[in-house]
Amino acid sequence: MEIYLLLFFILILAIFLGLELISKIPSTLHTPLMSGANAISGITLVGALTLQTDGALQMVLAFCAIAFASINVFGGYLVTNRMLKMFKKK
Amino acid sequence: MMDFDFTMLQQIGYIASAILFIYGLKMLSSESSAAKGNMVSSFGMLLAILVTLIDVINPLLMLSAILVGGSIGAIFALRVKMTSIPEMVALFNGFGGLSSYFLAWSEFNNQTEISLVMTLTYLTIFIGGITFSGSLIAFFKLSEVLKNTSNFVNSASRWMLIFGCSFALICILQIVLNVSGLLILEMDLIRIIFVCFLIASLITGLAFVLPIGGGDMPVVISLLNSLSGIAAALAGIIITNTALIVAGCLVGASGLVLTLIMAKSMNRTLYNIFFVGYAASGSSDAEIEGEIKPITAEDAFLVIEAARSVLIVPGYGMAVAQAQHVVKELGDLLENNDCEVSYGIHPVAGRMPGHMNVLLAEANVSYDNLLEPKDINPKMDIVDVAIVIGANDVVNPSATEQPGSPIYGMPILEVYKAKTVMVLKRSMSSGFAGVQNPLFFKENSRMLFGDAKESISKLVAEFKE
Repeated sequence: MEIYLLLFFILILAIFLGLELISKIPSTLHTPLMSGANAISGITLVGALTLQTDGALQMVLAFCAIAFASINVFGGYLVTNRMLKMFKKK
Repeated sequence: MMDFDFTMLQQIGYIASAILFIYGLKMLSSESSAAKGNMVSSFGMLLAILVTLIDVINPLLMLSAILVGGSIGAIFALRVKMTSIPEMVALFNGFGGLSSYFLAWSEFNNQTEISLVMTLTYLTIFIGGITFSGSLIAFFKLSEVLKNTSNFVNSASRWMLIFGCSFALICILQIVLNVSGLLILEMDLIRIIFVCFLIASLITGLAFVLPIGGGDMPVVISLLNSLSGIAAALAGIIITNTALIVAGCLVGASGLVLTLIMAKSMNRTLYNIFFVGYAASGSSDAEIEGEIKPITAEDAFLVIEAARSVLIVPGYGMAVAQAQHVVKELGDLLENNDCEVSYGIHPVAGRMPGHMNVLLAEANVSYDNLLEPKDINPKMDIVDVAIVIGANDVVNPSATEQPGSPIYGMPILEVYKAKTVMVLKRSMSSGFAGVQNPLFFKENSRMLFGDAKESISKLVAEFKE
């Protein structure tokens, strides 16, 4: 049970860190921030890769979890990159 | 022993990737370093994936799933038009939630007996499910497949939402009671309840977003963005994976900050946005004085040709008409005509936070010409012409003048203080808030009716003659 308390501790710290980081991002970049956040939320890919795959249902679930997370990772980073490259200063 | 080494290596990899994610976000705080920041963040992700891939159970299945998902994502990303980014973000929020949903479902199936951690599994499924089905509705609303729903559907949905949340709470309580021994259910029965729970969380998401109007979608997708992160972080606790917790929390915080910024920019509480809606939140029956003064493109040209300072205020209408490129062309012609051109961007203009900025960036407008209300409002009285392109509620003076108006108190771009306001609009219909706009009736306002792109093209053509 102790491990979960430790993980909760990390969770709380990460939320506060996130709030600090994000509040410094200018509103000009809020759209790329959101698509970038889409990409980062694809981190579930890392978790999905560790899933058990015994039996048909478990295989399907793991496959879907990985595939949907991968859409976010690849799609999110690529579209964010496409957008950010357009932000130029004369 | 080998196993231990792998986990050790993975943990170190996750720490490094967390640093890269954080640093990447930090670099996003300035336009000049933002693109690099995204790269840094993507390296963090690559690292996290690689160290995980060292030690997977079923590499063939895993890699093929990555390949399938990765190619779909890449096609989406490279094909999507900049005007459709809100729809894409909505859809991706949903995929993120769905991934956590499947992850937690699979984890549940691995459990042979009930434990307190299972409450987190339920919570992950609930949040992941809401995120997925809610995002789908948001996606359909943004792409205007789904119009605003009737009052009956709205109230039915809200009852459904209450029912869904209560059911979820009971399911989670049931776990707690089972663990503490106050209630003893067979594992088979728990599995049946679990299947109902899987379905209920999806229905709750539908019921949550369905009654929310199209104009409030920027807030909804910000919130769903946050929820997709929270679902990932909770999933991280279930499978004791620090990478998921840290990255998930960063996303959760990001969506939360954006949600609050949006709500503040509309001067509305989250409760009002999600559970009441604009139309119901007040009546505006104040009489509007004055008359509409339409203007032709030729006359409009004469007005802006004489102007020495012009403020362009884009709204969703510019996105719909895909007019950003021709707007930039007009801006350039005005600058060559010895006129100072800037752009007034309201935080809630468009269909997602920062939507206008991306469109103007696509059209090559320099980002330091884009001004927020707090920067441009004090200088509004020295603006000769304010050109409002497909924006409505964000320039509505009722927000400052009419205490009874539903949008009273919302910070706006005070274009009515400019010497002349030129409003490009398709028709006299009211904005998403459904509130009549007294700006159009003001003494210094001129209406240029028609499709934004066509109207501006006419102005550009006049300039070139």
